[in-house]
Order: sequence, then C-alpha cells, then structure tokens
Amino acid sequence: MEKYDVLVIGGGPAGLAAAIAADKNGANVLLVEREERLGGILKQCIHDGFGLVRFQEKLAGPEYAERFIDVFNQRNMRALTLTFVTRIRKENGSFFVTLVNTTGVTTVETHTIILATGCRERTAKQVMIHGTRPSGVFTAGTAQHFTNLLGQLPTKKCVILGSGDIGLIMARRLTLEGAEVLGVYEAKPTPSGLTRNIHQCLHDYNIPLHLSTTVTRVFGQDRLTAVEISKVDDHMVPIPGTEEIVECDALILSVGLIPENELAETLDVKLDPRTKGPAVDAQLMTSVDGVFSCGNALHVNDLVDYVSESGEIAGANAAAFAAQQKQELPIAVSNALLYAVPQKLNLNADNSKTVVYFRSRDVLDNCTFLIKKDGETVFSKRYPFLRPPEMERLLIDFDSFHLSAQSKLEFEIEVMNK
Amino acid sequence: MKELVCIVCPRGCHMTIDTSGETPVVSGNSCKRGEAFALSELTDPKRTICTTVKTAFPQVPVLPVRVSADIPKDKIFDVMREINKVTVTEKIGRSDIVLENVLGLGVNVIATSSILQNI
Repeated sequence: MEKYDVLVIGGGPAGLAAAIAADKNGANVLLVEREERLGGILKQCIHDGFGLVRFQEKLAGPEYAERFIDVFNQRNMRALTLTFVTRIRKENGSFFVTLVNTTGVTTVETHTIILATGCRERTAKQVMIHGTRPSGVFTAGTAQHFTNLLGQLPTKKCVILGSGDIGLIMARRLTLEGAEVLGVYEAKPTPSGLTRNIHQCLHDYNIPLHLSTTVTRVFGQDRLTAVEISKVDDHMVPIPGTEEIVECDALILSVGLIPENELAETLDVKLDPRTKGPAVDAQLMTSVDGVFSCGNALHVNDLVDYVSESGEIAGANAAAFAAQQKQELPIAVSNALLYAVPQKLNLNADNSKTVVYFRSRDVLDNCTFLIKKDGETVFSKRYPFLRPPEMERLLIDFDSFHLSAQSKLEFEIEVMNK
Repeated sequence: MKELVCIVCPRGCHMTIDTSGETPVVSGNSCKRGEAFALSELTDPKRTICTTVKTAFPQVPVLPVRVSADIPKDKIFDVMREINKVTVTEKIGRSDIVLENVLGLGVNVIATSSILQNI
C-alpha cells in the first residue's frame, strides 16, 4: 500500500498551496483532484484582480492558478486527477483513503489529511422560489462555466438574483458577450459583493441594482420565460402588491457560498455553525488529530490570496505533524537476550542519544553485543562476561544508522568460544 | 465635487475629487494608485477587458485572454468585437500575444492560460 505523510484533497488554490508547502517542509505528499485539471474554480474565473496581495499584480484566475501549478510541477510533485475520495478510515493514527479513478479502486495510507475541498454555491432549492422548473435557472458559477470554459452563452436576456461577487462578475461578463442583463436583485438592503465590483461590473455597464427586492416566482415550461419580482420588508418577507413580471430567458443565482465539508463530516470533524467549516486551531488542525482544513472549505474567503495563505499554513503544519507522528520500528531481540529496552523506536523522534538496557538470558563469557541493521552489524561491544542479574547499559546513536520504516533492526549476542 | 469608488484593489476606497480649484484634489484614497485612478477617471477613464477567444481545438473551445494594459473605457465594445473575430489555431501559452496593438491602442491581447499546451 502506498504511504504518504500528507494527502491533500482538492487541487484548487488552497490545495495547491498546501501541497507545495508540505513538500517544502519535507513531507511525502499526494494531491487528489476530482477534475481533469488542477486549478479549481480559478480555471473559469477569467476576470482579473487575483494576486494583488501576494504578487502585487492584477492577474486573471488561470494566470494565478498556473503560477502554483508551475511550482507544483517543477518540484516533481504527485497529483492524481479525475480521482474521487470515496471513503476515509482512521486506524492506529493513520488514515486509509479509498480512491476511485479510471484505473480502479485503490487505498492509500497517510499520516495526515488536508481538506482543501472548497465551497459550493447555494442553489435555487435553497432560496425557495415558487413556480415551475424550466431550464434557464443557473447558479452564477454554472453560467460562468458555460461562458468561460465551454464558450456557450447560456442566456440572451437574464435577471440575476443576489449581489454576490460572482453574480456581479457574471453580469459584466454576459454583457460583454452580448447578452442583456436586465438587473441584479438583492433581497438585503445592502449589496453582498465588493463595492468595487458594484462599480466596475454594474455601474460601468449601466446594469441596475435593485436592493430589498427578490425573485418570488419563475414562469415557463421548457425554458424560463419570465420571473416575478417583489419588494421585501425589513425581515426580507415579500410585500404583497409589489409584484412585477420581468420577461427573460434565464435567472442567474448568486446567493451565497457554503464550505464543502462532506468528507470532513464522515470523519466526525466538528464544524463551526458560524463559518460552516471545521473549527480549527492556529495550525488549522481540526478536532480530529491529523486532519487539517484550509481555503474556502474552512471559511468562504473573498480574496484568493488568503486562500493560498491558509493552504500554506495547513501544509506546513501537516508536514510538521506528520513528522511528529510516531513512525514505529520494532527491535527484534535474539534468544541470547532476556530482554532489551527500548523495544521499538519512533523514527520521527531524536534517537541520537538513546539509552539501551539489556540482560542476557544465560551466563556468558567472552561475548559481543551486536546491533544489526538488515543483517549487517552497525554496532558492537565486547564483554568479558554477561550475567542475567546484571543489567547492562549502553548509549546508542540510532540516527547514525539511517534507519527507515522498512529497516530490520536486531539486538544479538555473539559468543566467541563455545 | 465628484464622488467615486476606487476599483484598483479590493479595498474599494470611497474617494472625492474637488474640482473647484485650478488642479483637482483627490481625498479619501489610501494610496497613490487611488489618486492616479481618480484623476484618470476625470479625464481619460480606462478599464481592462478579460474575455475569451475561440480556438480550433475541440477539447478547449475557448481560451481566456486579457488586454496587456488598460484601454479607454469607451473602446471596450470595439475591442470586444476585434477579439471575437479571432480564432486561435496554434497551441500558444500564457502571456503569448493573441492580437497585437488592438485597434492601434498600443496594447496587446494576451492569453492568460497555458491550457492549450497541455492537450
């Protein structure tokens, strides 16, 4: 079974930063991504404004992501794409992660897991809009996928519900591509997106923003034909009599993002109801030892620069945690010994000044105590005699033997003249 | 007095330009870039364009591009029309030029992804 120090789930900006940071800190890392390409949602975020904090540059989403992918590739790191995690089992301080991809089902073992699973969009079902269910109701991210990756314009004339940043960005994007955006409707009295996006995406293109207004019904059989909009009161309840029908062929939803933590929940990771992501410590470790969280899976960020930063924190700490983890190497003792202490080594700890106690089973004259690694003597000490009641003590630098988990370590006593 | 919101960075400073004197005075900005943006808005407002161009590769039907520097705001749709005439037939990489000196504005349209080089 393949063994890793750190397994990163998710190849978006958080996962890439986490994997690179873990690799830089000496960990053996595997990155698992369910899509065909690394980069996460940035692949379709073709607008600019990414990296202002980190690079002092105004990059498009793919440019930002590819800077990390380049580093990832330069470091010869390993990623499995088109690969899903279906199960995680914790046993004896290790995690056994079941992966499914075109080559079949495999299980890998890892000391630590970094959850970099991002977030998902709230959907039409979660905003309780009445009416039929025609085609033409998209989340902003779906509309973005159609437009920016598939090159297909999903609407000619649309209404956007919600003033989240992706909705504002899509209002501009669809307008640039020739669609008509009739308006952005926001149930809250204030916009949800960044002020600069209200200006550069709506005001610049004369797209009206209607606050305290929401969509209350959709119309259409096969395809959306119109929506009903209503004013809402202070409690965001629609006010009867304020309904208005707006003819359009699409309703685009930008009504919020929720951290995706289905895998975290299977591990019984405690979630914070406020962030909807895992509750973590300063090292971004969750309530489950060895499980870390970063990026939008941890909490929804508005800047990718901070997503990368949290990935780096989680990655470095997971590498350190993996290093602290016990990596046990048992010590075999030959029959000539009654016992020896210690019985095993933690290879991740400092073993350079290890005190060894042992007793021989019988009274022996003119003998040698040997430490063998893979059958070869790495330490020896001659004794004129050994007696079981008399414990022997040695100070051994095990680190000088360059042991690994696969090493075979033995204590032996060799008798010269018998 | 003219009020505006800075779009240079996500901070989104609310700025005021006082045009009563001989030279306009900007306030409310947090940095020099904000002041430059405000003054540019007064005389020659500029914006960036990020969009896609068609490609000849079915696996990647569109390639993301942007202008290499800001262009006059009133030229946005003219530049979009030029970009929409292009079909990329080579496997070009990130930062490679898709359209040189578009409409004589002194800026290039460049690719923002190396996606074509991985197919």
